[in-house]
Amino acid sequence: MAEAGIALIKIAVVLGFVLNLAALLTWAERKQSAVIQDRIGANRASVFGLRLFGLFHIAADALKMLTKEDHVPQTAEKFIHGAAPFISFFFALMGFAVIPFGDVLRVGGREIPLRILDLNIGILFIFAAIALEIYGSVLAGWSSGSHYATLGGMRGSVQMFSYEIAWGVSLLGIFMVYDSLDLNRVVLRQGDLLWGVLPKWGIVTQPLGFLLFLAAGMAITKRVPFDLPEGESEIIGYFVEYSGMKFGLFFLTDFVLTILISALLATLFFGGYQLPYLEPDGFRFPWGATWSLDHYTVVFLQFVALVLKIVFFCWLLLAVRWTYPRFRYDQLMDLGWKVLFPLAVANVILTGLVLTLIE
Amino acid sequence: MAEETTILESSEMILNMGPQHPSTHGVLRVKLKLDGEKVLDAECIIGYLHRGMEKIGENRTYPKYAPYLDRMDYVAAVTNNLAFLEAVEKLLGLECPPRAKYARTMLAEFQRIASHLLWLATHALDIGAMTIFLYCFREREEILKLFEEIFGARLTCNAFRVGGLTEDLPAGWLEQAKAFTDIFPSRVDDYEGILTENRIWLQRTKEVGVISAANAIDIGLTGPALRASGVKWDIRKAMPYESYADMDFEVPVGTRGDTYDRYLVRMQEMRQANRIIRQCVEGLPGGDFKAKTPRVIKPPLGEVYHSIEGPKGEIGYYIVSDGSTIPYRVRVRPPSFMNLQALAQLARGHYVADVVALIGTLDIVLGEIDR
Repeated sequence: MAEAGIALIKIAVVLGFVLNLAALLTWAERKQSAVIQDRIGANRASVFGLRLFGLFHIAADALKMLTKEDHVPQTAEKFIHGAAPFISFFFALMGFAVIPFGDVLRVGGREIPLRILDLNIGILFIFAAIALEIYGSVLAGWSSGSHYATLGGMRGSVQMFSYEIAWGVSLLGIFMVYDSLDLNRVVLRQGDLLWGVLPKWGIVTQPLGFLLFLAAGMAITKRVPFDLPEGESEIIGYFVEYSGMKFGLFFLTDFVLTILISALLATLFFGGYQLPYLEPDGFRFPWGATWSLDHYTVVFLQFVALVLKIVFFCWLLLAVRWTYPRFRYDQLMDLGWKVLFPLAVANVILTGLVLTLIE
Repeated sequence: MAEETTILESSEMILNMGPQHPSTHGVLRVKLKLDGEKVLDAECIIGYLHRGMEKIGENRTYPKYAPYLDRMDYVAAVTNNLAFLEAVEKLLGLECPPRAKYARTMLAEFQRIASHLLWLATHALDIGAMTIFLYCFREREEILKLFEEIFGARLTCNAFRVGGLTEDLPAGWLEQAKAFTDIFPSRVDDYEGILTENRIWLQRTKEVGVISAANAIDIGLTGPALRASGVKWDIRKAMPYESYADMDFEVPVGTRGDTYDRYLVRMQEMRQANRIIRQCVEGLPGGDFKAKTPRVIKPPLGEVYHSIEGPKGEIGYYIVSDGSTIPYRVRVRPPSFMNLQALAQLARGHYVADVVALIGTLDIVLGEIDR
C-alpha cells in the first residue's frame, strides 16, 4: 500500500513539474522571441491591474482553448480525429517515467529511488514512447480529411523515420562509455572524475555524440528548423483541422517534447542531477577542501541542478527556433540519412576504438 | 521493359493553395498537381481582388483618379501614383520644378525601400525565418512615419499632384529623412547577417526557380526579377525620369537568376536607394514645389504610354485622352501581373515548400494583378 502511495506521489510530482514547465514555456517562448525580435511581447492579460510580465497569459490561453468550439470537419474520421491529440500527449509524457530526478531519498529507514520507474532498459523505453508519439500527428493528419493535414502527417512520419535511427545510434557511444542502458546508472557514472579534476560527463566523453543527439533531438521536437510537419507558411500542418483544447494538446505536446529532449540532454550529456564534486555526503573538491552537507540538502541540490540544466536546454531550443529558416522536405532527409546517420556510425566506431585502446 | 508494378496504389493529388493561404500574399490561388510533395503542374487563378480599376479611370477626372491607384500596389502607393501623374504631365506637356523632381525621386526611393522591406519580411517568413520579419517591419515603420508626416497617410498616401507636390516638405522632415539614411545601411547589414551566409537559407534559395535571361525577357519580367537573371535593364538609367539623371547610383545585377540572386539584387537595391535618398536630401534645390497648372486638368487629344521603375518592376500607364477632363481609356501595365506569369513555369519539378518561396521571390501584390 505504501509502495503504491509513494509511486502515486512521484507521478504527481513529475507530471506537475513537466506540465507546469510546459505552460511556462509557452510564456517563455513568447517573451523570449519578443526580446530577440526587438518588441515587447505578451503583456495584455491582467488581474486587478497586475500584469506580472504577461504571466497571466498562460491562464488566459488555457481558458480560451478550453472554451473554444471543438470543431470536427465533416470529412474527418471522428474517432481517430478525437483520439490523435491524446495519443501524442500521452506518449510524450510517458517518456518522463524513467528520467532520474535524483539518486535515492532516505526517509525513515526507507529508500525511495527518485524516478517513477526503475528500468534497466530506460532509454529504450523513451525511444518507444517517442516513436509512438509520432502516431498522434500521423493519425491526426490522416483522419482530418484535408490535403494539407495529410501532407503534414506524411512529413511527420518521414521526419521520424529519417531521424530516429540517427538519434538512437548517436547514443550508442554513451552506452559504450558508461556500460549501461539504465539512465540512473549512466548518471551515477558521470559523477566520476577524469584525471581527478574533470567530471566525466557525456559532453566530455562524447562531444560528437552530443551534437548529433542535439540536432536529431531538435528534429524530433518538430520545431524550427525542422518544423516541416507544421510548416505553417506552406501547409499549416497536421493539426490544421483542430481547434480548442485538442489543438492545445498538440501545442503542449511540442513543449513537453522540448522538455523531454532537454531532460535527456541533461541526463545523458551533462551529468543529470550530478553537480561537480558533490558526493552523497557533501562537496569534496579536487584540491582537498571538503564541505559536508546532510542527505536532504544533497538531494535538494541535485534536483535543483537537474532543473537548471533542463531549463537551460529549453532556452537553447527556444532560441534556435527564432534564428533559423526551415529546411525543405528533401534537404531534411538528406541531412538525416547522409550526414547525421553516417556521423553517428563513425562516432560509434571511434568510441569503440578509443575504449579498446584504453583497455 | 517489364511492366511497372506497385504494391500500393499511388495517385496524383490536387492541392488548392489559396485564395485563403498565409503565403500566397493576398488572394492568389494556385492549383497544384502533386506527386507526394513534388509539383507536377501549377496553375495560377487570379481575379479575387478585381475592382475594375481601369474602368473606374474612365469615369473620374485625372486628379480624382490618382487616389484609386494607391489601392493597386498598396505597398508601393507612391510609385503607382508617380507613374500615372508623370503620364498625365507628359500628355499635358508639363515640366515640374526641380524641387518637386528631387522630392519625388526621394520619396519614390523611400517607397522602394519600404516595398523591398515588406518583400524581405514576408519572403523570409515564408521560408520559416520569423525574426527577420519583425526587423524589417521596424524599419518600414520609420518610413511610414515619414510618409505620414508629408501625406497624412501611411499606406495609400496619394502622394503627389499633377505638376509637383501637394505642399512643400514639412519643417524638420529632411533631418529625419537624413537620420534614417544614416542608420539604414547598418540595418541592412543586420538582415544580411541573419540570412546571406545562413546555410539553411542558401539551401532553400540557391538553384531554386532559375530563370535564364532569355526566358526572363520572353515572360516579360521586369525589375529585380529580371536583373537577377543578368539583364541590366533599369528604366531609371535607360530613360531617366524625375531627377535620376543627376543621381549617382549603380544597378545591381545577378548572374544565375535563382531565388538567391533575386534576394541579393533586392538587398543591393535597398542600399542603392538609400544612396539616392541621401543625394536628394543633400542636393534638394529651393524654389517652387509645384508647376503652374491649370485649375482644370484637360489634356489635349492624344495618347501616351509612360512607365517608371517601380519597386517590383516596370509600372506603366497607357492613357487615351479625348480632350475632356476624363480619360477615354486607361490601361495599366502592372509589374506583378507579368512577374506572376513565371510562377507556373518555375514551380514545375520543385517541392511544395518551394512554391511559397517562389511566390515570395517574385514579389507580387494581388491588388495590382487583379486591379
